[in-house]
Amino acid sequence: MKLFGYQLPAMSSLILWGILWELTGRLDVTFFVPPLSEVLETLFSIIGTPVFVKALSETAYAFTMGVIASIVIGIPVGILMGKNRLLDELLLPWVNIFLSAPLTALVPVLMVLFGFGMKSIIITTTLFAIWIIILNSRAGVMQINRSLVEMAHSFGASPIDAFIKIYFWAALPEILGGVRIGVIRAVKGVIIGQLLISIVGFGALFELYSSNFLMAHFWAVLVVLFALAFTIAEFLAYLERRVAYYAAKR
Amino acid sequence: MPQTKEVIATPDTREIDYAVRARGISKSFGDVEALRNLSLDFPRGQLTSVLGPSGCGKTTLLKIIAGLLAPTSGEVEVNGKPVTGPGPDRAFVFQDFALLPWASTLRNVAFGLELRGVAKSERESIAEKYIRDFGLTGFENSYPHELSGGMRQRVGLARALSVDAQVLLMDEPFSAVDEQTRRKFQEDLLSLVQQENKTFIFVTHSIEEAVYVSDQVAILLPRPSRVSEIIRPTSFRNKGTDSIRRDPEYLDIVDKIWESLRSYVE
Repeated sequence: MKLFGYQLPAMSSLILWGILWELTGRLDVTFFVPPLSEVLETLFSIIGTPVFVKALSETAYAFTMGVIASIVIGIPVGILMGKNRLLDELLLPWVNIFLSAPLTALVPVLMVLFGFGMKSIIITTTLFAIWIIILNSRAGVMQINRSLVEMAHSFGASPIDAFIKIYFWAALPEILGGVRIGVIRAVKGVIIGQLLISIVGFGALFELYSSNFLMAHFWAVLVVLFALAFTIAEFLAYLERRVAYYAAKR
Repeated sequence: MPQTKEVIATPDTREIDYAVRARGISKSFGDVEALRNLSLDFPRGQLTSVLGPSGCGKTTLLKIIAGLLAPTSGEVEVNGKPVTGPGPDRAFVFQDFALLPWASTLRNVAFGLELRGVAKSERESIAEKYIRDFGLTGFENSYPHELSGGMRQRVGLARALSVDAQVLLMDEPFSAVDEQTRRKFQEDLLSLVQQENKTFIFVTHSIEEAVYVSDQVAILLPRPSRVSEIIRPTSFRNKGTDSIRRDPEYLDIVDKIWESLRSYVE
């Protein structure tokens, strides 16, 4: 964007919102919103503490495992659904139901099934992320140009060659889009899991700070979480742009 | 090569060596009958075009020969062996080029060899030869979206030739390129048929194109699909590429084919 002829750096609108936040905090509108400067000060004071590092590593572990599980299961399932009509008919209704279902309501069921530990949190994270990855991989495969498949077949491609060299690459732009949205949903999943199942990680920090009205601490953790999610999402968006040169011309 | 020309001069069916023979081919898609009891032979080292109005099953026939579709009944033989699926004796050129959009020209040209398990250095040196032959030098690292339509089809042709199949199956290969490029391609195709001792099966809906490039034109008619006529131009085939379009026999054949096709065109 340009302002008075000057090229503004990316995300400069955040500065404006930051100033607004600071002003709201200083006006003492509500104890719930401390000034941004105070939040950032708190952030730097807690970021190296053992409590914070432990929370971060617990959250990162559950998040990473959940995302890996949903990618490793979701992409092949989606591709197979796009290729196989029968499998598609069998699974598509369930995928659509779970995509739009209020998954938070399912968490107590997961606790009964898988206990109160890390396993249930990872499964919750996976359940938040996987459905959109399946749907997008499926959509990517379904729009594949039939002649590419025939071409590979006519040159004698084995099914595994066709899968790796044609289907995966042809569906990659959609797959990456699905993974990006799935990862954002996984952030939600991991925090909800940590709040509802066992109070660990960032979930525990949110619980602790909000029940003690430590609003600056609360916001500081939220800012860290947002920054992490944003960085991962932007990295995936960058990968998406890397394949955009052929996405529009398949 | 000289042997081929003799064959044209003496149209005695028993002496012709056929590379591909289709016998009694029928193909139905559900209730739709695409081909019914179609038989057609393709002489070795020559170009046979399959011409007909849209919906007459030309592409279906080509895909059956390629082994991409199985006929409902009937059999295709390539070099005396029945076709059960795609094989290294045939290569396909696609109407929409079917290039990998994420791969460079070099990889696209070499992709047929890649799928056949040829080592990287070997397949790339073969691909480079065909890249030179097809005037794609300097575009080895370009992606399909950076090439013009004509260049993309040259990549498709180079890929099909680099696997060195005896039979080349071409599905309306020039219909997606502009008119001038198309004329150039037709001239180049004539010299390609002369140089390479390969059998070309060429599907087209353009009468002029079929008569211009073919040693033999098979006319397919729909409802039910069948070979209605086989025309073998004799006098202008060995003349220069630029005089064919003015040759009286060329013009007569074009007129004659139009006469038989016009009633099928709505």
